[in-house]
Amino acid sequence: MSNNSGSDILVTITDLSFSRGEHKIFDGLTMEIPRKGITAIMGPSGTGKTTLLKLIGGQLTPDAGLIEVDGLNVHQLSSVELFKLRKRMGMLFQSGALLTDLTVFENVAYPLREHTRLSQPMIHELVLMKLNAVGLRGAAQLMPAELSGGMARRVAMARAIALDPMMIMYDEPFTGQDPISMGVLVRLIGELNSALDVCSIVVSHDVPETLSIADYIYLISDGKVVDKGTPEAMSKSQSAWTRQFIEALPDGPVPFHYPAPPLMDDLYQMKGLE
Amino acid sequence: MFALLQKLGHFIITFFQRLGRGHVFLLQVFASCGSLLVRPGLLVKQMYSVGVQTLIIVVVAGLFVGMVLALQSYYALVDFGAEDSVGVMVALSLVRELGPVVTALLFAGRAGSALTAEIGLMKATEQLSGMEMMAVNPLQRVIAPRFLAGVISMPMLGIIFCAVGIIGAYFVAVILLGLDYGSFWSQAQAKVDLYHDIYNGILKSFVFGVIASWIAVFEGYDCIPTSEGLGQATTRTVVHSSLAVLFLDFVLTAIMFSK
Ligand SMILES: Nc1ncnc2c1ncn2[C@@H]1O[C@H](COP(=O)(O)OP(=O)(O)O)[C@@H](O)[C@H]1O
Ligand SMILES: [Mg+2]
Repeated sequence: MSNNSGSDILVTITDLSFSRGEHKIFDGLTMEIPRKGITAIMGPSGTGKTTLLKLIGGQLTPDAGLIEVDGLNVHQLSSVELFKLRKRMGMLFQSGALLTDLTVFENVAYPLREHTRLSQPMIHELVLMKLNAVGLRGAAQLMPAELSGGMARRVAMARAIALDPMMIMYDEPFTGQDPISMGVLVRLIGELNSALDVCSIVVSHDVPETLSIADYIYLISDGKVVDKGTPEAMSKSQSAWTRQFIEALPDGPVPFHYPAPPLMDDLYQMKGLE
Repeated sequence: MFALLQKLGHFIITFFQRLGRGHVFLLQVFASCGSLLVRPGLLVKQMYSVGVQTLIIVVVAGLFVGMVLALQSYYALVDFGAEDSVGVMVALSLVRELGPVVTALLFAGRAGSALTAEIGLMKATEQLSGMEMMAVNPLQRVIAPRFLAGVISMPMLGIIFCAVGIIGAYFVAVILLGLDYGSFWSQAQAKVDLYHDIYNGILKSFVFGVIASWIAVFEGYDCIPTSEGLGQATTRTVVHSSLAVLFLDFVLTAIMFSK
């Protein structure tokens, strides 16, 4: 179990717990993410999907539980080893997280310049190839502020694959996109995954897009995995939770109301204040 | 009563937590400065935006402070027939106190606030997290060059402030008020000591540079990444570094110039 670098599983999460102050975000979360293919992690906003990616990337430390990536326990690594592992991970932040004072070209070249000793012409060629893969070779000399949201995410994708990682994590890649750039991103994630033959982890709450590309899906809520399976299995699932999420019903196991005392108590309390 | 006590306790605890984080952060920044040897370009770029862009305001302020000082000392000294000492009076005030202090206050307002806002915005837009995930340490690539640029720029700005101030005083005293050219310069030259006055003034500037740059980069790095948190952090940078500079100036003056 401690060393499964040869197995089909790339990321193993065991009994993960994590809290922010009083607020328990994960409570005994367990999942396995295969080495190849697209695994989607879905759940409503605020369930901790971004937090989960940051835990996998070692930016946050769990209160309890184990996260292993390629057989390495992420939170026991020294900072040098952690950085070495991160070079093999690509991460796409929700906002793109491009460096605003560098051009698109320099943004994609950034990890190459930091971590390799390639010659200038080599870097030039590699960067243009990566940008070409996301269809933005023509935008190489633009600044990040001049890009639309969808283009910024595609540049961030090019940057995430610059070092040929073994896994790419996408944080809400479809959120806030118009239908066309949404379609572009959906297609790109699929194409990159098969072209690079890597592990893609897509975190999202956009149901149809995610169902259309994922090979396997985990549904999380309240800090636990509530359902998992292939997209076909999910669409047929009888779980009330899955039905609510996939069919976008306003009320169900996920209540419409934020936890609160009964309405009458609140109203009476107001009276008491007067 | 109980609630008040609770609030007080909370305030004290968060204060010391921040203080602790700030010091750990400073040590980390020191440790990261070595990486700049490999990438001096980053430092040069920050020297430009932190130092060179603060130059205008420092020069203009220095000129006027020198001119006002000359006028005021002239009015005070002329009653005693000691107006020939205007030069030395202005030079000493500038080199010992006003140069380092006013430069540091201007620096906090112009460069410090900009540093906090820039770093805070990089945090809010996940650029710092993004670097970490690219296995790049933002302390080395973002924080250390800005910090070091501030520390190096401050004494230089202080020296320029004093020099321009003395030129301003010369203009007012000799050209406008008609004091003697020779005694203006010779008195100033004779009474200002290289070690005791000038080196101590530069040392002050250096200390203020460390403090003001530290506060600026820490506030940015530690800010709550929302527009409100960023605004508060920028304000705190200016207020805290100004207070720290004034307080430290008192301490340093007491140590350096005690007889
Ligand atoms: N820096 C932070 N400090 C405190 N709470 C946070 C922070 N970041 C996120 N949270 C909280 O953690 C929970 C999960 O956040 P997040 O992982 O961003 O959710 P998701 O990505 O699924 O929308 C939310 O309730 C959010 O309020
Ligand atoms: Mg999120």
